[in-house]
Amino acid sequence: MSELVFDLLSWVLLCLGGGFVLIGGIGALRLPGFYTRLHAASLTDTMATILIFSGIMLQAGFSLAALKLLAIMLFLLLTGPTASYALANAALQSGLRPEAEWVGDKHGGDAS
Amino acid sequence: MNRHQRQSTAARPLQLAGLLLVLLVSWMLWSGIYKPLLLWLGLFSCLLSMWLAHRMGFFRHAMPLRAMLRLPAHWCWLLSEIIKSSLEVARVVLSPSLPVSPCVIELTTTETTDVGKVILGNSITLSPGTVTIDMHENRLLVHCLTRQSAEQLQELEVQRRTALLKIA
Amino acid sequence: MYLVVSIAILVTMVLALVRALRGPTVYDRVLAVNMFGTKTALLLSVIAFLFGRPDFLDLALAYALINLVGVLAVLEFFQNRPLAEQDPGHE
Repeated sequence: MSELVFDLLSWVLLCLGGGFVLIGGIGALRLPGFYTRLHAASLTDTMATILIFSGIMLQAGFSLAALKLLAIMLFLLLTGPTASYALANAALQSGLRPEAEWVGDKHGGDAS
Repeated sequence: MNRHQRQSTAARPLQLAGLLLVLLVSWMLWSGIYKPLLLWLGLFSCLLSMWLAHRMGFFRHAMPLRAMLRLPAHWCWLLSEIIKSSLEVARVVLSPSLPVSPCVIELTTTETTDVGKVILGNSITLSPGTVTIDMHENRLLVHCLTRQSAEQLQELEVQRRTALLKIA
Repeated sequence: MYLVVSIAILVTMVLALVRALRGPTVYDRVLAVNMFGTKTALLLSVIAFLFGRPDFLDLALAYALINLVGVLAVLEFFQNRPLAEQDPGHE
């Protein structure tokens, strides 16, 4: 009985993960401008990674494979934003201006 | 500043032992072969990695253990944020009119350590819809996909949650 | 079910490749390649369970590591160069 519940849950997680991966891919193609595409990539990097890996981990049960999956997931989640930051910062440094509205900081905006 | 200098003089033995333990355990789990030759090779590569980490200044930036224990709670909160904001981004991407209103927002942070700033920046980047694009001194530039996500950032929830870790 | 997820990931990899080919700036291309790399790690993990071969997980980890180092190396190469120099197609 509980096995069925686990199976069902993991399929749901996997399907949702697949859906988010697809949405991220579509977003990377549709969105205008480099900086907005970055958001689509971060969607697949975080949400889809969490969903797919937790889905597979439910299938793997308590085993070495599950531990490896957890390690890969943590690695992807920790390095993903670092890579995005490096990418965005390199683009900014090279003079690629975001086509965006500038919003100041409400709370500490007067600091030089 | 003072703290930084004190930390850079010598790595604390606890940090060294902790890293060595983590490296050794991962070697054993990943290799799965326990012959003497491979175990020696494993020990050698763990020590090599530690030397490289030391050269990179890993121990200067290491987090105190007490702050590390508070990380899982931070991750749980972050997970709920990620779910909320990725649904929002998915809605934006899938709607035919593509209602993006990109904006750049400048935030100030009270984090004093490098580790604290990295955690703050990465927490912002991890939740879809907001990406940290620049960081200098105590200012962060964040690019937001929609005006709404920028307004959420201005409520300073991320900063408050990161400050709860008490890294400094 | 694993098959459905693998196909979804493969389609996204194709979309990322299309973005990498279309550009327009070099950073779009690097972003697409980075996305392609993380999707490779995901795909390998799914395939490990699709075919019941857990040793594919080691490959997935290796790909995740190589992808990060690769992207950072490429960025190091392009950093601090004016945009016009990098990409002849860019206006």
